[in-house]
Amino acid sequence: MRAWLQHHGLSLAQTLARLARSPFATTLNVLAIGVAAALPFGVYCVLGNFESLSRNASVDPQLSVFLARDAAKPEIAAVEARLKGASGVSAVRFVSRDAALAELNRVAGMQEVIASLPQNPLPDAFVVTLSGSDPALADRLELEFKSLPKVAYVQADSAWVKRLDALLRLGRTAVVLLSALLGLALVAVTFNTIRLQILTQRDEIELCRLIGATHAYIRRPYFYLGSLLGLFGGIAALVIVLSGLTVLNRDLADLGYLYGSNVSLRFPSPNEMISALLAAVALGWLGAYLSVSRHLLEADRD
Amino acid sequence: MTGGVAIISLRQVSKRYPGGFEALRLVSFAVEPGEMLFLTGHSGAGKTTLLKLIAAIERANGGAVLVNGQNLSALRPAAIPYLRRNLGLVFQGQKLLFDRSVFDNVMLPLIVTGQPYREAARRARAALDKVGLLQREKANPVALSGGEQQRLCVARAVVNRPAILLADEPTASLDAAYADEIMEMFSAFNQVGVTVLVATHDRQLIGKYRKRVLTLDHGKLLQ
Repeated sequence: MRAWLQHHGLSLAQTLARLARSPFATTLNVLAIGVAAALPFGVYCVLGNFESLSRNASVDPQLSVFLARDAAKPEIAAVEARLKGASGVSAVRFVSRDAALAELNRVAGMQEVIASLPQNPLPDAFVVTLSGSDPALADRLELEFKSLPKVAYVQADSAWVKRLDALLRLGRTAVVLLSALLGLALVAVTFNTIRLQILTQRDEIELCRLIGATHAYIRRPYFYLGSLLGLFGGIAALVIVLSGLTVLNRDLADLGYLYGSNVSLRFPSPNEMISALLAAVALGWLGAYLSVSRHLLEADRD
Repeated sequence: MTGGVAIISLRQVSKRYPGGFEALRLVSFAVEPGEMLFLTGHSGAGKTTLLKLIAAIERANGGAVLVNGQNLSALRPAAIPYLRRNLGLVFQGQKLLFDRSVFDNVMLPLIVTGQPYREAARRARAALDKVGLLQREKANPVALSGGEQQRLCVARAVVNRPAILLADEPTASLDAAYADEIMEMFSAFNQVGVTVLVATHDRQLIGKYRKRVLTLDHGKLLQ
């Protein structure tokens, strides 16, 4: 057991020494892995920002319920009662046609248009705030309100949220695809790096097998090599993504200033960063596993 | 040959290489534990193939090879490393590693078999001392003479205290004095109980020892 631990320590130390001995090649390998891992991780981070945006926006989705123009006061009151009584409704605000016209009047350039109209074309309306952001709830209430007497039209203000949701779903699929592709690239990079390393050490490997080394013994240093390449590549990816987000945030701050709002991209959480690192390590390990197994198989054949 | 259980035993062993070359044909013999014997024959007679079969580097096409009572053709691949740990191998091509010191070359079999470092270092130095290379332990093998390199191979082969020592042309590239030195070492290991099988075409060398000689001729064992 102690000897086994010693060999693990020795493998790790030798692997680190080997990486340090060819700093240029190591740096390039780490960069290749870093860039491959940074792409899906970066897209994931930016996407996460939109997701939180859509979550915030859909905290209180609204329905606008427009009434028929011939709705009389008692009918309006009846609709209001039904709206307030519906489950999933948190607030109901009445916007009278006159109030709506007055509001429209404040919009520049509209006064002349309105003045030329013979009468107020706007209907009375309710703005209904829903208590949940569930799109199914909005759909259900929209149908329910549409069927109320004297309701002419119901407009879901959360439509754009749904569109954003659909876009985000697309984005998430893209992240999964990108991760799969670039994960494959990462495995390929470590596979080849380790294959080269194996070829330079093939005499040593052959000798070790002849003097009683198990496959596990022969694989061990390469597992370390693959995992370390993955780890360093993962760190490079994090550095790339974090500096990318920092640069983007600086530009966003300018943009936000012009729009009078304060927007910035959220940085990945420690958990997300650790998961990304672990994934990179696992993929590096996998590349090493495939590479050594292939070599051992070839060596067994001849 | 006295009675007892053979440590190496070949029964009707044949080996044919891909392409049809028949390296060994129906070879049978047995080696007693603690015996020392020579394997001789012309170049290409099958000496190296025979040693490779015993070390499970090659597999026989027919017959049975038994080492330490284990039938090698029935051996799982995962068991082969453990079989080899009982063998000390001196290879024809030496197979020294020139990227590390003399000491680390001898350490390798001990590390491979999972000896604790301190104990391994002690045994590596003892093995180097036995072949007279203790003073050169920090040198790179490339700096050693041909005879010293061959002694290093011997030290590496015996450092794990194997029950069986297989040597393939251990004196091929050495002059007579160095060759005698190596053979004396093998003889000394044999005297402490190691079974030694030496493949060589050097008949003069064989003549100096009164040991059993197996002669191969075109893959067949001459009686």
